[in-house]
Amino acid sequence: MAETHVLPASLETTPLHALHVARGARMVPFAGYEMPVQYEGIIAEHLHTRAAAGLFDVSHMGQAFLIGPDHETAARALEALVGADLVGLEPGRQRYTQLLDEEGGILDDLMVTRSADPDEDGVLMLIVNAARKAEDYEHLERALPPNVKLLRAEQRALLALQGPSAAAVLTRHAPDTAAMAFMTARSTRFDGIECHVSRSGYTGEDGYEISVKAIRVRAVVERLLGHPEVKLVGLGARDSLRLEAGLCLYGHDIDTATSPIEAGLAWSIGKRRREQGGFPGASRILRELELGPARKRVGLEMEGRIPAREGAEIRVEGAAFGKVTSGGFGPSVGKPIAMGYVESRFAAPGTAVFATVRDKELPARIVPMPFVPHRYHRA
Amino acid sequence: MADARYTRDHEWIRLDGDVGVVGITTYAQSQLGDVVYVELPAIGKQLEKGAEAAVVESVKAASEIYSPVGGEVVAINDALEAAPAIVNEDAEGKGWFLKLKLADPKELDALMSAEEYQRYVETIG
Repeated sequence: MAETHVLPASLETTPLHALHVARGARMVPFAGYEMPVQYEGIIAEHLHTRAAAGLFDVSHMGQAFLIGPDHETAARALEALVGADLVGLEPGRQRYTQLLDEEGGILDDLMVTRSADPDEDGVLMLIVNAARKAEDYEHLERALPPNVKLLRAEQRALLALQGPSAAAVLTRHAPDTAAMAFMTARSTRFDGIECHVSRSGYTGEDGYEISVKAIRVRAVVERLLGHPEVKLVGLGARDSLRLEAGLCLYGHDIDTATSPIEAGLAWSIGKRRREQGGFPGASRILRELELGPARKRVGLEMEGRIPAREGAEIRVEGAAFGKVTSGGFGPSVGKPIAMGYVESRFAAPGTAVFATVRDKELPARIVPMPFVPHRYHRA
Repeated sequence: MADARYTRDHEWIRLDGDVGVVGITTYAQSQLGDVVYVELPAIGKQLEKGAEAAVVESVKAASEIYSPVGGEVVAINDALEAAPAIVNEDAEGKGWFLKLKLADPKELDALMSAEEYQRYVETIG
């Protein structure tokens, strides 16, 4: 067995670090933080999330505000860096997008929320990946006009409550979250504690992300854990849940070498943006939208029991035409699954391919994603 | 059966006559997490001491398992094919991987006793 890793001394921690340790988490380094990979076990935590509700500490992610004089000014400033229509984003609505480089590669993916509060006109809330936040903030600050400022929300923690019981549980503490639709957000009080809640997540299930001051997050977590439906879930199951949901992980399934169109994220490029362009890499992205990309992100289901993991070659008739970018065992699917990129001519669902694992060619099939149907709460 | 001997890579071997039963330790399975597949060698394969003997696939990763001593594979645990989670439930019993006909039983002397392995795990834990 490979050597177990020793935690480097310089890792950061979240405000819930002591709680994780006290509750039996196995802590591992992730994106510069010491984070819980699992408590009782990845499969049990994964299945519990799909059956009831999983509670995730995602405080390592970057939370920040863009503050401009009015919505249109703030939205246009960010639109210069991403492909989403943000000017058209309604108050209290959230949108998924990507920071793009000049070649149309992806620098990071992020969630953007327009504040629902009229007194916060001109405020956009951003959530970016932990491993990218330093680069993202630098990139934003270089590009923003002088009247739009970036404010890092470093004193805030972030929780995700995900699963079919999430709404029933959260509603007991914050009744006004019950009627929220998928990809909306609002300020609320959780037993009196000020929170900013969005109905979104990274598991494919209904659920919420809850942003709360770091000094009050433990109280929220302890109250949520008081419900038998709620269990802590680590990063291990977070990864297997998002893989089954067909969602991209930055640095693996998307990076500067992939475009949003290759990655199957064309839906996140706004209609007005397609007509007007004016975002980094627009010429490539608009060309790929028109002609189709040379390669596409696809789902793979293994025929046997051996998982194909990141880096495995995807082969057709003895030649390599792509690579796995995420792969493992899907606890709800009950078999090994993967995602990766293949040349577009091999991307049709049903195509028989092979994935190379330890010098063996293992049979697999291209399948549509998600592997497990999304169960978002649409209005 | 004799007492088990342990490696620094978290394999155990227990001698039964001139055949050694090999598996991974309880500590190893707890570090790997849920085991979803175990790739075992062919019967008849000759393994050098320290050679790759098996691969354990957990939800997160694939981990190589090395042969604690040299010998010939004379049996593998077929039960792991249908129920790999046995490795999590009983790593040092029903979750054994393979049986080796030892090339040189003296190689066992270089491995750790249960007490020595326990102390070793505490130093890395």
